Amino acid sequence: MGDPVTLIAQWLNGLLSGWGLAPGLVTLILIVIGVVVLATIALVIDIFMVWLERKFVARFQDRIGPNRLGPFGLVQPLADVIKLLIKEDITPFGADKIVYNIAPIMALATVLLLWAVLPFSATTYGTNLNVGVLYIVAVGAISTLGIIMAGWSSNNKYALIGAFRTVAQMVSYEVPMVIALLVPVILARSMGLKDIVDEQVIWFIVAAPIAAILVFVTNIAELGRAPFDLVEAESEIVAGFHIEYTGMKFGLFYAGELLHALTIGGIFSALFLGGWRGPGAETYPILGIFWFFLKMFFMYWVIAWVKYTFPRIRIDQMLNFNWKFLTPLALVVLVVTAILDKVLPHEPLWVYSLGMLAANLVIAWVTLQILRSRARKERQRVAEPGPIARPPEANPSTTQASTTPQV
Amino acid sequence: MTNDWLFIGIFLLLAPVFPALALVIPRLIAPRKPNPLKSQTYECGIETVGDTWVQFRVQYYIFALVFLIFDVETVFLFPWAVAFGQLPLFAVMEGVLFILILVAGLMYAWRKGVLEWF
Repeated sequence: MGDPVTLIAQWLNGLLSGWGLAPGLVTLILIVIGVVVLATIALVIDIFMVWLERKFVARFQDRIGPNRLGPFGLVQPLADVIKLLIKEDITPFGADKIVYNIAPIMALATVLLLWAVLPFSATTYGTNLNVGVLYIVAVGAISTLGIIMAGWSSNNKYALIGAFRTVAQMVSYEVPMVIALLVPVILARSMGLKDIVDEQVIWFIVAAPIAAILVFVTNIAELGRAPFDLVEAESEIVAGFHIEYTGMKFGLFYAGELLHALTIGGIFSALFLGGWRGPGAETYPILGIFWFFLKMFFMYWVIAWVKYTFPRIRIDQMLNFNWKFLTPLALVVLVVTAILDKVLPHEPLWVYSLGMLAANLVIAWVTLQILRSRARKERQRVAEPGPIARPPEANPSTTQASTTPQV
Repeated sequence: MTNDWLFIGIFLLLAPVFPALALVIPRLIAPRKPNPLKSQTYECGIETVGDTWVQFRVQYYIFALVFLIFDVETVFLFPWAVAFGQLPLFAVMEGVLFILILVAGLMYAWRKGVLEWF
C-alpha cells in the first residue's frame, strides 16, 4: 500500500509535467500547493483547538463546557470566529498604527512557520531542514518579538509592563531551552527533525529524560502559559500585551497561543517521543500521521494540565528558577551526555539508552538532594525569629521601658 | 537541499497572508464608528497621565547581556553536536572545556549579584 500523500504528489507532478511546464516551475507549484495545504490544515485545527481548550478547562474545573451548538458544542468555535469577524476594531488613541497592526499577524505567522519542519510521518513532512532545531529556536524568537511589538505599540502602561516581562522571561528561558535541545542533537547527530525521529528506535525520552523535562518546562515559559503567564497576568496587569486588542486582532493572538501550544507538543513528540513511530508505522506510513497527531494532542493535553494545575509564579521566582536552577542543570546534563556518549558502547542500543537513563537518574537524585538541603536551610531561616520579627516581650529591657499599655 | 530552503522561503512569504486575510475581512464587514472616548487607552477609568513609552529598567539589560553570552555559546555548540559522531574524545573534551569556561562566567555573574531581581 502506497502512501497517499506521496501518490498525490506524484500524480500532480505527472499532470503538470504533462501540460508541458518546465520541471523547475512544476517544483515551484508543488511547493506552493504544499505550503497552502499545510497552513490550511494548521488553521482549521487551530479553530477547533478553541473548542478543545474550552472543553479541557471545563473538565479540569469540573464543568461541562460548550455543549449547545452542534454535537458536543463542536460548532461553537465557528460561531466565535463569526463573532470576532463582525466585531468593531478599535485602535487606541496614540498607538503606533503600523507596529500595532503587524504584531498579531506576526504572532500567528511565526507559529505557522514552525509547521514547515514538523515530521508528520516517514514520508509526509514539509521539509527536512538540516538545521531544523536551530530553525525552531529562531522562529520561536520571532514570535517573542511579536509580543514585544504588541505591548510597546499599544500606548498602554499595562501592555508595556507585559512587554517588559516578556523580554525578561523569553530571553531568560531561551538559554536552558537551547542547551537542552543540544542533547537530542548529540544523540541523533543531526539537527533535522526527520533525521532525529529516524534515529529514535528507542525513544529519546528514555536516554534523556531530564533534557526532555527541561525542554518541556522552558517551552511552556516561552509560550507564556501558566504557571509562567506573568506576561498577561490578569490580576496584576489586566491582560498584559494584548489589552488594547479587540475583535480578530485579539483572536489572532489567542489562536496563535493555542496553535503554539499544540506545535510545541508536536516538536516535543518529534524530539523525545519518537515522532511518527508506533505499531505499524514502518509498513504503513499513513499510520505514522495518526501516531504523530496522537502524541501531539497528548502533549497538548499535558500542557493544558500544567496550566490549570499550577498557580502563577512571581517575576523574581521566575528568574531565579531559570538562572539558578534550569540553566546549571541543563549545562550539567549536556556535559554528562557528551562524555557518556563517547564512553558507552553504541552497539546494543538498549545498553546505551539504559546507561544514559542511569546517568540521568543519578543527576536527578543529586539535584533533589541539593534542593532538599537548601529547602531545609531555608525553612530554618524562616522558622527562627530574626531581630525584626522578634516580639517585644522576648526582650525584658523593652518590656520594662514601655510603660504605656500596648494596643 | 535548495528545495528545502525554497519551501521555507515560500512559506515565509505565504504565512503572513493567512492572518492578514483574517484582518482584512473585518475591515470590510465590521462596523467602524470610532469616537474619542472609545479609543482611549484602557487603564483605571480616568485618563492616562504621562508618557507611556518610558525607559526600560537597567536590570533587563543585564539579563539581556547574560543571555547574549549564552546564546552565542550555544550557536557555537550546535555544529559541535551535529559532528559528534566524527569527533575524537579530545575534541569532545575541548567542547566540555568551552562549556566549563561559561559555567565559570555564570558563577561569576551569580556571585556578583547580577542574577538578583530587586
